[in-house]
Amino acid sequence: MLGYLDRELSGRVRPDTSTDRSGDPILVGRLEKLDRRRFLQLTGAAGAFVVAFRVLPAEAMQPYPTGASGMPNGTVSDPHVFVAIAEDGTVTIVAHRAEMGTGVRTSLPMVVADEMEADWARVTVVQAPGDEPKYGNQDTDGSRSLRHFVQPMRQCGAAMRAMLEAAAAARWGLDPKQVKAELHEVVQRADPSKRLGYGALAKAAMAQPVPPFEALAFKDESEFRYIGKGEIRIVDLHDITTGKATYGADVRLPGMKYAVVARPPVVGGRVKSYDASAALKVPGVEKVVEIPGSTPPAKFAPLGGIAVVADNTWTAMQGRDQLKIEWDDGPNGSYDTTAYRAAMSATAKQPGKVIRKQGDPDAAFAAAARVVSAEYYEPHVTHAPMEPPAAVANVTADKAEVWAPVQSSYGTREDVAKLLGLPIEQVTVNVTLLGGGFGRKSKCDYVQEAALVSRAVGAPVKLQWSREDEIHHSFYHTTSVERIEAALDGSGKVTAWRHRSVAPSILSTFAPDSGYQFPIEYGMGFVDMPFDIPNVVCENGQAMAHTRIGWFRSVSNVPRAFAVQSFAGELAHELGRDPKEMLLELIGPARIIDPKTAGMPKDFWNYGEPYEEFPIDTGRLRHVVELAADKAGWGKALPKGEGLGIAAHRSFVSYIATVVHVKIGDDGAITVPEVTTAVDCGYCINPERVESQMQGAAVMGMTLSLYSAITFAKGRVEQSNFYDYEMARMTRYPEKVAVHVVPHPFPVHATGVGEPGVPPFAPALANAIFAATGKRLRDLPFGDTLS
Amino acid sequence: MIDLTVNGRAERHDGDPAMPLLWYLRDSLGLTGAKYGCGVGLCGACTVHVEGEAVRACMTSVGDAAGKAVVTIEGLDPAGDHPLQKAWRQLSVPQCGFCQAGQIMQAAALVATNPAASPDEITEAMSGNICRCGCYQRIHAAVRQVVGGA
Repeated sequence: MLGYLDRELSGRVRPDTSTDRSGDPILVGRLEKLDRRRFLQLTGAAGAFVVAFRVLPAEAMQPYPTGASGMPNGTVSDPHVFVAIAEDGTVTIVAHRAEMGTGVRTSLPMVVADEMEADWARVTVVQAPGDEPKYGNQDTDGSRSLRHFVQPMRQCGAAMRAMLEAAAAARWGLDPKQVKAELHEVVQRADPSKRLGYGALAKAAMAQPVPPFEALAFKDESEFRYIGKGEIRIVDLHDITTGKATYGADVRLPGMKYAVVARPPVVGGRVKSYDASAALKVPGVEKVVEIPGSTPPAKFAPLGGIAVVADNTWTAMQGRDQLKIEWDDGPNGSYDTTAYRAAMSATAKQPGKVIRKQGDPDAAFAAAARVVSAEYYEPHVTHAPMEPPAAVANVTADKAEVWAPVQSSYGTREDVAKLLGLPIEQVTVNVTLLGGGFGRKSKCDYVQEAALVSRAVGAPVKLQWSREDEIHHSFYHTTSVERIEAALDGSGKVTAWRHRSVAPSILSTFAPDSGYQFPIEYGMGFVDMPFDIPNVVCENGQAMAHTRIGWFRSVSNVPRAFAVQSFAGELAHELGRDPKEMLLELIGPARIIDPKTAGMPKDFWNYGEPYEEFPIDTGRLRHVVELAADKAGWGKALPKGEGLGIAAHRSFVSYIATVVHVKIGDDGAITVPEVTTAVDCGYCINPERVESQMQGAAVMGMTLSLYSAITFAKGRVEQSNFYDYEMARMTRYPEKVAVHVVPHPFPVHATGVGEPGVPPFAPALANAIFAATGKRLRDLPFGDTLS
Repeated sequence: MIDLTVNGRAERHDGDPAMPLLWYLRDSLGLTGAKYGCGVGLCGACTVHVEGEAVRACMTSVGDAAGKAVVTIEGLDPAGDHPLQKAWRQLSVPQCGFCQAGQIMQAAALVATNPAASPDEITEAMSGNICRCGCYQRIHAAVRQVVGGA
């Protein structure tokens, strides 16, 4: 989710990204007269109603600033970059973000197609290679693709439509106002029988000047054909169902060799010595290549080790089994997560670095009638995308071309160029489909390995990670202890909140480790805690990293939502309150939180978005709580051993509430017959994919809750494959996930979807288990059976 | 020397008979529809049919398939219009799609042998196939649609 982090740290973020390269003024600073904050308050407070107002066509898209302008290479909206029209009328639209299952490869081109009045049946989508100066930012993470690119893509489509209209008008000798684009044709308004197809206009349209933003007439929402409808199927659907879809490991080049790597079992470890003679005797093994190692902070550098190159993957794996390697484990050889947890827990009992302070929490705790406290734990987790990392590279003396499933194609290109000492122009990164990403494929160590091995053998190489490799050598989701204390007065009101977070930081992968987290981690469910409590302190305790820490879908929001929302349930129990009512009371009245009054840090990170545009709106949070509870039948009588639990969390500037219905079997087995999720992601561009993301998030939430734990002993990961790193299967998954999307008009900005469904699941399940059994679970994972 | 048929075509393998069918299909024949997901028969991404039975190609050697008929996702239906493939599309089942060939092959073996499979039988038959994106709800619905409408 933080794909640009390394680039920020390496100073590549250009401060001047406020104009895009189509030369048009981008949206920053063009905030219109509409009192947006008031508008948000109105819509938020009143919840789901749709503001019925008709704006003039030219004003149908009021631009608003987003965090896109702060991303490397910003945004591009030039139709010449994204659209090509063939003379037969085929419209080709470029997808520049990576497809890992969210549907972005469909949704963004669909936005272009809709604004340009293209017939989707005649649209072909092509995937962009890694080229941010051309396409704008390509770091597909942080649930940002629609949030940052719906406006540039609308602009691109509207400009293309205007160019088609101008070309047709010129051909007819009419004013462009006398014609209009309509489903792949331009027609004369006065005589609709006069029509010109997009194919016939292609050449002339492309020769038209690209109109600036101010000159564009955007569609009114009521005119959308595809946006907001959820009726367009993903473009790869047929290929996926027929086995033709191409993922990283499916790329084949003439003369290609196959490689696997034996990597140091401990991060920062090195090859002390090795004997490859037995490996080289395996028929079909052609060569072994030593890959230099790295010690964190090493960003996405390969871990090092010995690559075995063969004429097929299986033979390479067999050769690897025959390697005899003596490793030097280095300083992380004693990492033990059991001891580490105890240390984190001890740290969380001591005062830490104060990150947020509001009011006078010390005085409030001193004056408390009673104090409730609890500690929550989450172990390391790895992504386990169904497609383990794999990449194909073809490196020659002065060029490199790779084909890889990468979330950050341009970042990969930069890293490969640097690794090989080649100018970036000599490096091509082709992006395949990703068989899942979840943050793992933002880190291109596997592509760098493929490039090094290809260079060493002088041939194209496919480098395949085994499932064991993926589990042993990840960039792990942090492990954390979250301790929360609340001061209650005599009437049962919460007067103070103290949250201590202790977790090794992602920053340690990029910069010398201080043991403290950084604003991006603080911003994910910690300092942005939205409860209406007068005295708040958020403290961070030190925790040094002993493995590679990376981002995993939803990142720090997973442990924070688990802690905060479980604790809300604990308070309800303490005070004898209904958990939903307790949660609403904690959230307090509908309001926009002022970060300053709330004592939030000056560098508060709001998912990279301008706070004015994407504020913390407790009205919207309340609304999803009420909506989910209502749809789930909150309060209904349930048989013994069943229960409902609720949790709500704002992340990636979206608001999600989840109600889990749990059923505990006679044998203690935890099953979830039903999940109800309410989603407020602002304007919803592709409701069908939003629903599928939320259904998937519930399954991933189930896996995280019941199974996911990566543990280390002697610096080595103890899990290896799906037998000890389990996934929710069809025998144990949330069987019915009902998704309710809060409808909004376009001016309520589109926000994140890929990640925010995950965090509320685990606390909702924990709260449901408590409701069903009276048993409070504070350690993830729970296991699939209550003891 | 091992002779077998793959998607109706005669093939001959002259390498190690112990080579897993998965790598033979992917690396030797270039049939990349069956995926590598775990290598130990726990995820089902590599599921193909051998003599009509769903097997994990990562745990089946080429030798095991000698003289037998292997069908992969590429050969399930000439036009890609097996009722399950159509149902998968109608219900927009996939997210990333990586596991779906294996899911469809597993389901195809089920509906061929048990055309009136009950919801529980579907769950049982599909429980060896992992979908990390979490498309189970739609997978189950797509199989139900086919057995219900068959």
